[in-house]
Amino acid sequence: MWKWINSFAKPEKAYWLASAMQPYFFAIALLGLTVGITWGLVFAPADYQQGDSYRIIYIHVPSAILSQTAYIAMATAALVGIVWQWRTAFMFISAIAPVGAVICFISLFTGAAWGKPMWGTWWIWDARLTSQLILLFLYLGVMSLYLAFEDKQQGGKAAAIMALVGVINIPIIKYSVEWWNTLHQGATISKFDQPSMPAEMLWPLLISILGFVGFIGIITLIRFKNEMIIRDKHRPWVMQMFAENSELQRLSASKKEVN
Amino acid sequence: MQSQFDSFSAFLNMGGYGFFVWLAFGITALSMLLITAHSLFVKQQIRKTVAQEQARAIRILEAREKRKRARQAKTVEQTESSKQTNSNLDIEQKD
Repeated sequence: MWKWINSFAKPEKAYWLASAMQPYFFAIALLGLTVGITWGLVFAPADYQQGDSYRIIYIHVPSAILSQTAYIAMATAALVGIVWQWRTAFMFISAIAPVGAVICFISLFTGAAWGKPMWGTWWIWDARLTSQLILLFLYLGVMSLYLAFEDKQQGGKAAAIMALVGVINIPIIKYSVEWWNTLHQGATISKFDQPSMPAEMLWPLLISILGFVGFIGIITLIRFKNEMIIRDKHRPWVMQMFAENSELQRLSASKKEVN
Repeated sequence: MQSQFDSFSAFLNMGGYGFFVWLAFGITALSMLLITAHSLFVKQQIRKTVAQEQARAIRILEAREKRKRARQAKTVEQTESSKQTNSNLDIEQKD
């Protein structure tokens, strides 16, 4: 029943799927980021305690949540790669790790820029901030392990094991605000029945999160396709793809000459 | 929907938090732009190198084919000429 899913272990099939999904992620990213950020910056009401500084939430919360979601996606790919020996899964790890690292950096930086006016400090070594910093190091570790091996299949396996071990950090980040005393405020939107935010602030946040999902998706897909072509450039499916392209170019060039 | 700010300068000021808000949004935009640019740059580089390598492979194959054909033509020529000599010899023998 689940056999069809194994066809995506083949790069040509995965490449086709990535190309098919690209326009949707692009549209979601463009719409979500434009609408969410504009709404949050201009139209959402100011916070009664934090004034306009709270508007950083419209990039801080999406990047913080999604840096963890992206990590889980990477770890899932790692599991698939190790258990089923998918080459494409390792390529996916190398594609999403830099994107996750950038998103994680954004969450840390925006947090610092929000912390300075509200807490009086850019940085503090408390549980939430430290575990999020470890997440950034995990991303960087996965990237460098993959790059450290000449044999990319070996590098993929090493990076996948590191990604799997690092999953332990995700629940630590999530519950750090409950387990330890911290400056960081508690969850804002995860309790949907009773969110600690009014609707006119919550909607732009949700739309902005959607926009970040689209952004992570489109960049990961571009990098995933890049990696597949680099790794397989001497394989028939890539040769064929580029042969078709150059054939088309030659045809269009000859047509121009005729005209 | 009503804008929360009376003027553009009030919007930039962000109720006194302008520096922090725009620092956060600026660095975010910069990071996102950089990784987008890098991904697209790599994409273009790969396309270029793969196309070049393929054109080179095709040129090598064509050159090899050409040489092979030249060699074959030469052999045919040789056999033709030797046939000619043989037949000349035959005629001579008949005489």
